[in-house]
Formats: sequence, C-alpha cells, structure tokens
Amino acid sequence: MSATPTRAVVAALIRKDLRRELRTQESLPAMALFSVTTFVLFHFGLDARSLEGDLAAGVFWVTMLFAAVLAINRQFVAEREEGGFDGFLLAPVDRTALFVAKAAVLFGFLVALQVVAVPAFAILLLEPSPGPGLPELAGMLLLADAGIAVVGTLVGALAVQTRAREVIVPLLALPLMIPVVIAAARGTAPLWLEAGAAAVEGRWPLILGLYDLVFGLLAYAVFDYLLDE
Amino acid sequence: MTHAKFSRGLVPLSVLSVVLLVGGFAMVFFYAPNEADQGFVQKIFYLHVPLAIVALCGFVAGGIYGIRFLRKGDRTDDLRSYVAIHISLILAIGALITGSIWAKASWGSWWVWDEPTLVSFLIVFLLFACYQPLRFSIEDRERQARYASVCAVVGGAFVPLNFLAVRLAQAYTHPRVFATADGGLPAKMQLPFYLSLLGMALLYVTLWRYEMASKNTSWQLRALRRKLAGDDAVPPVGRTAAPTLPSS
Repeated sequence: MSATPTRAVVAALIRKDLRRELRTQESLPAMALFSVTTFVLFHFGLDARSLEGDLAAGVFWVTMLFAAVLAINRQFVAEREEGGFDGFLLAPVDRTALFVAKAAVLFGFLVALQVVAVPAFAILLLEPSPGPGLPELAGMLLLADAGIAVVGTLVGALAVQTRAREVIVPLLALPLMIPVVIAAARGTAPLWLEAGAAAVEGRWPLILGLYDLVFGLLAYAVFDYLLDE
Repeated sequence: MTHAKFSRGLVPLSVLSVVLLVGGFAMVFFYAPNEADQGFVQKIFYLHVPLAIVALCGFVAGGIYGIRFLRKGDRTDDLRSYVAIHISLILAIGALITGSIWAKASWGSWWVWDEPTLVSFLIVFLLFACYQPLRFSIEDRERQARYASVCAVVGGAFVPLNFLAVRLAQAYTHPRVFATADGGLPAKMQLPFYLSLLGMALLYVTLWRYEMASKNTSWQLRALRRKLAGDDAVPPVGRTAAPTLPSS
C-alpha cells in the first residue's frame, strides 16, 4: 500500500511536531503555567493549606485534564491552517500514522507536563511527600496519560474542522474522560494519604488499561474517516 | 428516493404501541402490588427504568447506524443515527427527571451521587447532548455526516465502558430489582414491567419511524418543488444540525 514503512512515517511526524513545539512553544509552557495557576486557584478556592488523599487526587487529576484540553485544542490547528493536512493526504502513506504520531506527541506532552506538575503540586498543596508511592504513581500517570492522549487526539481531530473548536473540545472530551478521572483519582488517592502510602487496588489500573485498549482500537478504526477531504 | 418505506406499517405500529403502553400502565396501577417499603411511589419504576433502558439502547443504535454510514456512505443511515440519538435524548431527559423524583421520594434528596446508574446515565446524557452542537458547528454536509457518525460510534462504545467504571467506583445503593438476595422482582411485578418496557421500546420505534418519514417527506417535497418551480424558487437550506438528504 505505502512505499514508506508506517513506523518511519510516524517517527517523521513525531519529529516534526516536537520540532514545531520546540520552536513555537505554544502548548507545553501554557499547560505547565495553567496547572500551577490552577493549583493556586484551588488553594484559595478550597481555603486549604494542604491536601491529602481523595481531595488531593481529585484536584490533581481535574487539573491535568483541563491542562490536556489546552493541548488538544491546539493539536491539529497547524495541520489545518498551514496546510499540514493537505501535505499529509498527498503523501502515499498510511493515514493512521497521523493518529499514532499525534497521540504519541500528546502523550509526551502530558508526561513532560507531569514532570513539572507533580513536584509543583507536592510543594504547593500536597501534604504527604509523594516519595514512597512514586513507582505506583508513575504507573497510574502513564496509564491515564495514554487514555487521555488517545481520546484527546480523537476529539481534537473531530473538533478541528468545526467552527466552535474551543467549545466542542471540552464539551466532548471531558465527559469521555470521566472514566479516566474516576480510575486515576481513586487509584492515586491511597498513595497520597497522610498516614502513608497504602496499596493501590488492582481494579483501577485495570480499568485504565481497558479504557486505553478500547478507545485505542476504536480511534484506530475511525480515524481515517476524519481525514477524507 | 423511496418514501414509502418510511411510512409503511406506521398506523398498526402506533396502535400497537399505544395499546401496549396503556395496557402496561393499567396493569401497573391495578394489577401490580404496592411495594412493601416504598409504597405507591415505587410505581414510577415502571416508567423510569423503561425510559432509561430504551434511551441507552437508542444511543447504542445511533452508534451502530453511525458505523453503517461510515462503511457504506448512505446518507439515510446518517439520518437514522441522528433521529435515533435525538429521540433518545428526549427519553433520557424523561429518565433523569423521573429518576430524580424517585430519588427524592425514596432517598430524600433530588440527586444521589453514590448511585452509579443515575450518575453514569447523566454522563452519557452529557456526552450525547454535545452531538447536536457538534453537527451544528460543521457546515459542509458531507463532513458533518461523517464527523457526527464518528461521534455517535465513540459515544456508543462509551456507554458500556462508562457504566463499568462508574459502577466499580461506587457502593451498591441502587435497587437491584432483578438480582437481589430475596429472589428479585416478584411475578406480579414482572409482567407489568416487561409490558411497559416493551411498550416504551415500541413507542421509541414508532417515534423514530415518524420522524424518519417526516424528514424524508419534507426533503421529497423540496425536491418536487424545485423540479416544478425551478431551483431559484426554493431557498437554500441554512445552517442546520439535522442531516440533509441529497435531493433527488
């Protein structure tokens, strides 16, 4: 079908997006700033010096989700406005490569964001040190990020061709990601207990994994239809 | 374009759904016993649960028609998906309102968060409530149909996954009427319930068929008027969320 192997196409697209982010810096700095601002907002909104357990996990994950929406909003804008879609569609390559690359880049953004946001959250709001449960936390973060990246890319591709992109993205993405918030927040809460990190129940990573799998396959199947011009 | 296929058998179907719904509700009031704990209030169960089940099935059906549209590209399938989701949304509002009334009567508050079925239902409703704004914000007809179908497919797949996640997250407080320790729904309640469920499902199908027939007829009419009076006599369609059939 295609002359270039899909893996090379994906790699090229990822390189392009990363280089673009490096030069324009339009997503990641905004996401990081937004997260820190939201933590400060929560401090005043909840009138709390420190958070722990359920509340901490909830605040953290809702903030991550809103920060992800910022990136999802911008994800395909360059493709649309600067002719990236046309160029990609003209190339004799597998179209799903674009989805894989975009989801991978969003995943990378989220991980990079959390490298900043988790320490910021620990300094600003979190009462117990996140140190003891760090490996489990990293696992939950990665699983949840994969889900957000997959669904976010799908919604981003859906919304970029609409008139009201900034409205459609949160309206569609947030309900779709409620299972992620449920599982991620419930899974992270025991790690942030004041009494010390407790074990994570196995069903939360399982739900996240199932969510990633189902929506990954689904997005893989339907993404082609969002590109036809 | 064959318009007959949308209106065929509509009259018997309407009569049957009226008979079943009236019969079912008559049995609810005159045959089914009052529930021991909740008394008369529990009768709303025979309306609330069928509404919710039929609405969810309608959302999934919208997704299935979405798949069919994406595979075959027949605009009528997009219309089917749109109408299915539209009517499901209306039933879903009914289910949320009746559920809220029931919650107030039996648990004392209008909204109960630790009640997985209600909460998952609200989430699904919020997701599908975005279906029409999405359609409305895409002007190109062909693209509108394609994107809306993708949205319907994703939503349809989301329904079971969301119910799983929300159910696992919460304690069991919702009455499990079918599988409780003491044997579930008694026989005298089962028959009225299944009748109401069947009646509601038929009502849904009837409404869906009527809407399909109506949409189709108005497009038929447009095409005929255009043919008779010329293209200029019929004003072009403005921006709309509703799917349009390519006029024949």
